[in-house]
Amino acid sequence: MSDRILMQGNDAIARGLVEAGCAVAASYPGTPASEILSSIDRWRKKCGATMHVEWAVNEKVALEIAYTAAIAGLRAAVSMKQVGLNVASDPLLSAAYLGVTGGFLVVSADDPGPHSSQTEQDSRLLAMMAKVPVLDPASPAQAMALAGTGFDLSEAFGVPVMLRPTTRVCHASQDVDAAPFRPPVREARFVKDPARWAATPAYRRLLHDRLAEKIAAIAAWPATAPIRVNPEVSPAKAVVASGVAFAHARELFGELGISCRIALYQVIQPYPLHAAFIDHLLETYEEILVLEESAPVIEMQVADRRRVRGRMTGAVPGTGELLPEIIERLLSRFAGLPVPGGALPAQGGGRRPTLCPGCAHRSSFYAIRMAAPAGIYPSDIGCYTLGINLGAVDTVLCMGAAVSQAAGFDYAHRLSGKQVDIVATIGDSTFYHAGIPPLIDAVVQGARFVLVILDNGTTAMTGNQPTPGTGIGAGGETTAAVDMEGLVRACGVRFCRTANPDRLPEFIALLKEALDHARERGVAVVIARQPCAMVARAAGGKAPGAIVITEECNGCRHCVDRFECPALVFDEAANRVRIDEMLCTGCGVCVSVCPEGAIHLEPAGEKRS
Amino acid sequence: MNVDAGKLPLIRQQVVLSGVGGQGILFLSRLLAEAAIAGGFPVLTSETHGMAQRGGVVVSHLKVGGFDSPLVRTGRADLLLVLKEENVAFHREFLADGGTLVVNAPVPTDAGPRVRAHAVDADALALSAGAPHAANLVLLGFALARIGGGTAGGIFCSGGEIREALSRRQGGGGSRFAASLSALDLGIAHGTW
Repeated sequence: MSDRILMQGNDAIARGLVEAGCAVAASYPGTPASEILSSIDRWRKKCGATMHVEWAVNEKVALEIAYTAAIAGLRAAVSMKQVGLNVASDPLLSAAYLGVTGGFLVVSADDPGPHSSQTEQDSRLLAMMAKVPVLDPASPAQAMALAGTGFDLSEAFGVPVMLRPTTRVCHASQDVDAAPFRPPVREARFVKDPARWAATPAYRRLLHDRLAEKIAAIAAWPATAPIRVNPEVSPAKAVVASGVAFAHARELFGELGISCRIALYQVIQPYPLHAAFIDHLLETYEEILVLEESAPVIEMQVADRRRVRGRMTGAVPGTGELLPEIIERLLSRFAGLPVPGGALPAQGGGRRPTLCPGCAHRSSFYAIRMAAPAGIYPSDIGCYTLGINLGAVDTVLCMGAAVSQAAGFDYAHRLSGKQVDIVATIGDSTFYHAGIPPLIDAVVQGARFVLVILDNGTTAMTGNQPTPGTGIGAGGETTAAVDMEGLVRACGVRFCRTANPDRLPEFIALLKEALDHARERGVAVVIARQPCAMVARAAGGKAPGAIVITEECNGCRHCVDRFECPALVFDEAANRVRIDEMLCTGCGVCVSVCPEGAIHLEPAGEKRS
Repeated sequence: MNVDAGKLPLIRQQVVLSGVGGQGILFLSRLLAEAAIAGGFPVLTSETHGMAQRGGVVVSHLKVGGFDSPLVRTGRADLLLVLKEENVAFHREFLADGGTLVVNAPVPTDAGPRVRAHAVDADALALSAGAPHAANLVLLGFALARIGGGTAGGIFCSGGEIREALSRRQGGGGSRFAASLSALDLGIAHGTW
């Protein structure tokens, strides 16, 4: 056996960063980028490097922390998903002007499809807007190599560099060489230069000129120039591809036997596209097909509209993931071969995701509908978005918007002389990330709604990363913890109560009390505190008992429709509910959901009837 | 790219694994991928993460041999392993003509002509063995025995190589490893003709 081990794309990116001497790494979790930071911490421990590794409160803070290390001369990286880059775009655009002294890598993972995101936006467009170079890996192994290349590029020109993997790179795994390594060590040294680091608008203009010069020079940097896969042939057509679309295309070139008839290029740096490459393409080929995800970034830089085909011309679908089946059709058509008519993989269909058995969010949502049956329910980003299955989520916009949307609904209805009950839900991690400024705003404006903070003590959706309330750091170390109740009160909220939502009758009563307060006196906050069921299961917690369905079950379906626990299964033949014992955690919350009193909890240790 | 032109492997196999979040599809695909690497093959996989892992449809792709793309195209899979029977309906399109379906079900699911279908009630077997969460390994063991692992025309790895991969993953010796091993062996016993 060699040193080859199976490495997930995110693990490979992390390894590439640590190996290249990254000293500061910060992130906020989000699919498909979540594993990068935890993996950085594992590689750090493995090679014994001294690093600062943190889960930041949000992506803007993460970027600012890592950027600052880079202007103090260290190598630093920040990782996030594409919508996180929207949050961090303010410092990114400014950082491009000011530049860096140590290498600074912004890893922004895109999700064409989208598989687990609100949008399928292309981070490369934001790199273009910011005027920072962006690298587009096609595989985990290449992503690992480009982490080091990215730091070199960043230091060669003193600019932030973006590494843009997509889901099919982040969550692909591959055999990668993992020989032991010893990362280089540097000392932090910030050289004061207020004219640059605190530049005023007049000087920003000069910095912009300088940035434009850098970008022009980067468009001639040899290390990131496009690669010709089949230089031995001189055809009239060329395919230009980047990212995983290149990986699909390369495999299909072999299968379709078109390597001798069409030139294939991999673009590693989609922006700025190498100037000589653009000239070469337009001088050499009659027809050029561009395959990239998810926006026409390369395509728009190759200016000849008569010869270039891609997403802009409609030759390539303008939205959605470029699946290999789609690329096979595009390449066949481009090569003049019969176009295969095979099926695309099934999209959607099948079992929908649902909150876990024993998840306390389910209790909160059930209680919200009982307490405010005619209410409007703004919600947010996290596992609890699945409250949509329970009819308790009406809106999901972006991180933190539950709070501002709750306020917005109140103002809109108030203008029409209407009073509606508004109950918003937001997770603890999302609240810390982007829920605090809108809560302050709502208090100041006198908005009338109830905000339920679903505090399960973790960032569950993305793999249970710690939140600022837990007192745990990225490497498991102890940190300071934020007091959520104190924070809510400090925002000016006068009604703030904490309860366990699994005690349903009491929790419903508390929500009604909060609604009374909200109608008369403004924002009320209820903190629904109960640990994540996945964390509890991993910790091996004991079930309170076993759930039994008695003969009183009349098949009314209230529990399966309104409570939707995967462990409650409706038996159509028997017209009654049964328990899936593989799934049931014995939490006992469903006992108070059944209107017939047909669900019983038998305390652990007692015999089943 | 990781393709080493110097030693093109003879084996090229494409496998799709299908189930729902929580069944251990990801674990199975990584186990198979690690067995492939131990056998000296290049490997590429693609995994499902995020919201689908909360009980939704989860699919893993595994390509062993010299490939560039991490995704299996429809009509190309040599083997489709299905842990949730209802998924056969929308994932059978991955199977190539002459491909093999192995499904966790009491009786084989009809997957159309030109497909060899095998079934094992892995849930019931795992439950009877007191390891309800090891149905994934029961199914894998069954598939290895039924199709032939590490043999010509069979899966690229043998039951022994999977045992070694399990041992590397779970640190041979502990109770978790013992439970995994007995689930795998239970599947192998039921899959042996």
